[in-house]
Amino acid sequence: MERNQQLRRQLASMRQSLFDQGHLDEQFILLEELQDDANPNFVEEVVTLHYRDSARLITTIERALEKSPLDFNKLDGYMHQFKGSSTSIGAKKVKAESTQFREYCEAGNGEGCMKTFQLLKRDYATLRRKLEAYFQLARQAGPNEIACRPK
Amino acid sequence: MIGAEGASSSKKARISENPVSKNRPYFALVVDDDPMIRRIHSMILKSVGFKVEVAENGKEAVDLFRTGAKFHIVFIDMEMPVMDGIEATKAMRAMKVESKIVGVTSRNSETEREVFMQAGLDLCYTKPLTMAKIVPLLEELQKN
Repeated sequence: MERNQQLRRQLASMRQSLFDQGHLDEQFILLEELQDDANPNFVEEVVTLHYRDSARLITTIERALEKSPLDFNKLDGYMHQFKGSSTSIGAKKVKAESTQFREYCEAGNGEGCMKTFQLLKRDYATLRRKLEAYFQLARQAGPNEIACRPK
Repeated sequence: MIGAEGASSSKKARISENPVSKNRPYFALVVDDDPMIRRIHSMILKSVGFKVEVAENGKEAVDLFRTGAKFHIVFIDMEMPVMDGIEATKAMRAMKVESKIVGVTSRNSETEREVFMQAGLDLCYTKPLTMAKIVPLLEELQKN
């Protein structure tokens, strides 16, 4: 029992830090509120779907950034899709970097695109790692109500 | 079906206040080629009491209506393979589908949204759907 309580405290702390560090926004809370006994892994399922789809887009964008000259319309299109997917899980930092990238596309600024993309990939990987650890801990802690909304 | 036990107090309040869960159900169709969006939007709609079916593209949606399926409301993405939201909406209206049809798009261009509206939408929202967008639609359905 005590071990379980410790796990839940750890889980709550992990979750809070994701918001405090600016990785997640309100959209993630919406997903948590939709999770119920009939769909106990809903949030993890949605996040898994997101990473499956977005990993493909990251590769596509990387390849497009290797081409010369850069096709800003195509890059913008790919990033538009990526941003939409990130928005749906509440990936706040990644969403902001996607917006920045698209602004550089509109300006035809290839260097800006590349620099922003490196930041985006870093934060994307960080969030993915943190969420994987979070869900792994959640499975250890067992089924329970998701931790309360951040104060 | 909606698991109230163990739910947060805010979720319990929303579900218990929702008349749909007490009266007849409303049927919704979610049309989107993105499985993640289909999952999220289905869950949002189910949480307020809708019975939900999904379609992966516009053609599947149109075929559902052709086979006699009826929905109170359709949420349809603009960009989809096989048949996009614009063509599907036109086809549904040509079939005299009277369901409320709500476009859901990530596109910001006013021109593109206007073209989508002109196809026969009642409304067009930006993705993702939220409770704030769904609840007024539900209230309108209940009034009618």
